[in-house]
Amino acid sequence: MSSYQAAFKVWRGDAGGGGLRDFQVEVNDGEVVLDIIHRLQATQAPDLAVRWNCKAGKCGSCSAEINGRPRLLCMTRMSVFDRAETITVTPLRAFPVVRDLVTDVSFNYAKAREVPAFVPPKGLAPGEYRMGQRDVERSQEFRKCIECFLCQDTCHVVRDHEENKTAFAGPRFLMRVAELDMHPLDAAQEAGIDRKRTAQEEHGLGYCNITKCCTEVCPEGIKITDNALIPLKERVVDRQYDPLVWLGNKIRRRPEA
Amino acid sequence: MATGTEPPSTGRGVSATGVHSPSRAAIAPRHLRTDRWWLAPAATAAGLLAFIAYSTWRAFANSDYYAAPYVSPFYSPCLAENCVPMKAGPNWEIFGSWWGLSPALLILVFPLGFRLTCYYYRKAYYRGFWASPPACAVAEPHTAYTGETRFPLILQNLHRYFFYAALPVAAILTYDTVLTFRDATYAWGHAGLGTVIFLVNIVLIWAYTLSCHSCRHIVGGRLRNFSRHPVRYRLWTLVGKLNARHMLLAWASLISVALCDLYVYLLATGTFDDPRIF
Amino acid sequence: MAQVERQQWDVVVVGAGGAGLRAAIEARERGARTAVICKSLFGKAHTVMAEGGIAASMANANPHDSWQIHFRDTMRGGKFLNQWRMAELHAREAPDRVWELETWGALFDRTADGRISQRNFGGHEYPRLAHVGDRTGLELIRTLQQKTVSLQQEDFRATGEYESRLKIFQECTVTRVLKDEAGRVSGVFCYERETGRFFVLDAPAVVLATGGIGKSFKVTSNSWEYTGDGHALALLAGAPLVNMEFVQFHPTGMVWPPSVKGILVTESVRGDGGVLRNSDGKRFMFDYVPDVFKEKYAQTEEEGDRWYEDPDNNRRPPELLPRDEVARAINSEVKAGRGSPHGGVFLDVSTRMPAEVIKRRLPSMYHQFKELADVDITAEAMEVGPTCHYVMGGVAVDSDTAATVGVPGLFAAGEVAGGMHGSNRLGGNSLSDLLVFGRRAGLHAAEYATGAGRPAMSPAAVDAAVAEALAPFAAAEAPASEGPAENPYTLHQELQRTMHDLVGIIRRAGEMSEALERIAELRERARRAGVEGHRQFNPGWHLALDLRNMLLVSECVALAALERTESRGGHTREDHPSMDRAWRSVNLLCRAVDDGVVLERTRTDPIRPDLLALFEKEELVKYLAEEELYE
Repeated sequence: MSSYQAAFKVWRGDAGGGGLRDFQVEVNDGEVVLDIIHRLQATQAPDLAVRWNCKAGKCGSCSAEINGRPRLLCMTRMSVFDRAETITVTPLRAFPVVRDLVTDVSFNYAKAREVPAFVPPKGLAPGEYRMGQRDVERSQEFRKCIECFLCQDTCHVVRDHEENKTAFAGPRFLMRVAELDMHPLDAAQEAGIDRKRTAQEEHGLGYCNITKCCTEVCPEGIKITDNALIPLKERVVDRQYDPLVWLGNKIRRRPEA
Repeated sequence: MATGTEPPSTGRGVSATGVHSPSRAAIAPRHLRTDRWWLAPAATAAGLLAFIAYSTWRAFANSDYYAAPYVSPFYSPCLAENCVPMKAGPNWEIFGSWWGLSPALLILVFPLGFRLTCYYYRKAYYRGFWASPPACAVAEPHTAYTGETRFPLILQNLHRYFFYAALPVAAILTYDTVLTFRDATYAWGHAGLGTVIFLVNIVLIWAYTLSCHSCRHIVGGRLRNFSRHPVRYRLWTLVGKLNARHMLLAWASLISVALCDLYVYLLATGTFDDPRIF
Repeated sequence: MAQVERQQWDVVVVGAGGAGLRAAIEARERGARTAVICKSLFGKAHTVMAEGGIAASMANANPHDSWQIHFRDTMRGGKFLNQWRMAELHAREAPDRVWELETWGALFDRTADGRISQRNFGGHEYPRLAHVGDRTGLELIRTLQQKTVSLQQEDFRATGEYESRLKIFQECTVTRVLKDEAGRVSGVFCYERETGRFFVLDAPAVVLATGGIGKSFKVTSNSWEYTGDGHALALLAGAPLVNMEFVQFHPTGMVWPPSVKGILVTESVRGDGGVLRNSDGKRFMFDYVPDVFKEKYAQTEEEGDRWYEDPDNNRRPPELLPRDEVARAINSEVKAGRGSPHGGVFLDVSTRMPAEVIKRRLPSMYHQFKELADVDITAEAMEVGPTCHYVMGGVAVDSDTAATVGVPGLFAAGEVAGGMHGSNRLGGNSLSDLLVFGRRAGLHAAEYATGAGRPAMSPAAVDAAVAEALAPFAAAEAPASEGPAENPYTLHQELQRTMHDLVGIIRRAGEMSEALERIAELRERARRAGVEGHRQFNPGWHLALDLRNMLLVSECVALAALERTESRGGHTREDHPSMDRAWRSVNLLCRAVDDGVVLERTRTDPIRPDLLALFEKEELVKYLAEEELYE
């Protein structure tokens, strides 16, 4: 066991203003940044606000920015930093700050409500669902999401443009649309919901310029861009831009007309 | 309650956007990253610029693109009358004699469009050239952003068309590669260093083309139920594996196609003789 | 009366984990306007930590399974102390609760024929756990969360308001359940963590679904939320807790690095083939099979290994004994000096499965060790040791309705409720418990609320609640004559140490008496727990308020543990090492009085004969007293 004193800069303040405060704090073997924040609370700053819960990378509560990068405080090991390095911890910079490291993430909950829920298929009673493992695997990947909202935080569409927040659902909820659109038994279409159209027209899929920061920051390693957003864009293309699909639809429609 | 513990009132009246929006944590720097975040976009920009410079020069040069049995991939197929005749090569004079410019321009539109609308290259140049964003959690310099919702960027959705166009182009380049199994007198059953370079190139071109996200979608991604389409599921899985290396393949094939052309140029200008293997 | 905002609801659910959300969904679907209050953000509940699966006898993986066998396993696991009617309802209703999740969008792992896949787990005779890799709890929470949202979308379409019939108050804490003069529930007193503002929700029915008490112990797999809030709220409202001495120490928690000590290593590691070894490399569990389980478990490594492939003709390896047995065995090995370098034992999958299989079947374990401990579990063994995981004891409830004893309008479901799991819970029975009894609590709370009218709230009670909540700020500025202000963080650490050292996995009378003295002293000091700053998101203040709950609950645990002079399930006495049949039918009820808590003994109902008939006579004689057998 070896311990040392680390230099920390932690943002303290609230919506009225604030700034980075310097701390010298003890660090022990095997600790993560959240341990250090807790040590600050217990010894130097008892009212330092931080959101956390499981401390094992499973609940996605302790999202913050460490040295400018969106990360989970509980999954960032101190050993990745040089001992002489000053470590800067700030709240998420895409959301309104509440206090210290805590931000108001209600944007995400508002967006979650705008995605129509899973539509159970008619005529199948509970217990009668049959789906192959290969059919559920794509959506299962997206359901690994712990809703830490780091992807929402890092996405420049809203991070750098507050005004886009109304039109753009963010990677997490576009991924939710993809998840449902790939669900083998989702009956949205039968219920008159076109998930592809809403993705484009209501959730702002077109704002995404696939620069992949969401994938880079995802602590669950979900390939958000490659497996959810791009396939969703391709599904939208199917509807509107694909020449063969367009031709196919024309031909198939002709007998009806 | 007179405990003095009520939360303080808030209020900051500065109007700014992005990370400096009034509601967000007051932090002056546009980013706090301490790593060399600029390296990746800078390297991307440099690499793309180098290719653009080289390919522009070569495409407009209208010379030194054929050295039997090799035809530069920039000029294949050659669609105008002003093309160098290539024995059994990709000479199709669709455009006739009125076309006076370099015939490369006629065909390069397709691979250019394919790559320009490619999901990987989009990321690369949005980041590298347009700084939108320059790197993750580094504020971009633009005041407004509409992404790919409007003209012209909404045209990125045409990637599918370019993918379809890229297939015959790759097929013709494959044909060109077959032709490299001849010697300078068009006798079959020979191969030189150029043959190897062409082979590597065509493998990379195909790998890049087939690893495209549109391709992945078409072969199986668009399905909702894989169990009913086992063959397409296998194809989708296969393309998925390639797709995971799309970036690598994009660069490798970009470099290999330029090298192919450079090799032909060196042979055509007589700077270099093609070492024969058999 | 102090000016606090008030809102009217029909049912208030405290806690938004599996039980709370299931209760809220049910209450709302029964037409009750329902409010949910949770300390964390919506969707972050501790339920997400559950890894293994949901136990339900759907018989997808083995057609011989049935609810009767599930019931039998549950009773065996709980050493027959379970409230048998709860165990019965649980086993009967669990499959429906799982299937229902699918209709709300859950995506479980599948069998080859497309049904829900089920895996093996300790104490379950057949593969029974519906699962999603090793993140089943997350799937459960997300599904319930999304179902909640879909109900809100329905309400939006009907009323133009998302939260008109079902609202989540996230990051709020309840500090008191309020009652009217007749002793009926009238609502709850809460504060908003973000702003520190107080508010009251008036409601005739309150469902407690606050989870467990692990944060009173030093080494625990539980999150900060597990401060025994619901237990304490019930006690303070006048409802008793039952059998609080039964605390489950999960056998396999991480032991290194120190900052993650206690974090869970899922039982599926063992269910899928992982084995426990001591520092000599020996699979020591074969030495620890107790007599009651001798016929059910393999006697040799060869037989145990064969079981994974052919469970019908072989007995399972002893690594899959119920959790209490495994935890005690690990404890003994470490004490005997055969532990691993950081004070645990080795749990090895690396020599049992190819790396690819490990990564596919145990992805989050792979990442957890890689990222938190820098250990590659596909190449080396994990170091594990017991960690405080679950409390079997809890608020005493009616088996069918989840209503608490003696407080009309107060309901409890999930970990906060006692009785279902007896003296020891089987893995996988927790998630199914949340669903079965969460639904029942919501249903009966909604029914009760329709007939209960609107009990009047007492203004004096609200004033008292405000004063209590503000006390920590006053303590910081109290005159020195009343003693120095105490740091809540320090008090918390001392309580955790006390419980860990003196009321931990192996217990002795002398130590528990000492623990009770220390708790009494801590309670005194906690009155002077002071905090600085203001009420806006002030974690020191939150902790100071939670201390009251942890101290109350800890006292119940220590008192009941001292009283029960036998070893059974999650309660192991070094001075009374064996199970005593005379204690089987004894429940220890804990009630709050003015200054602390008191115990009361009650007897359990006799088990219904048709349920008793599910067991062999030879087995029953090990558990039941003579007079129970021949009744």
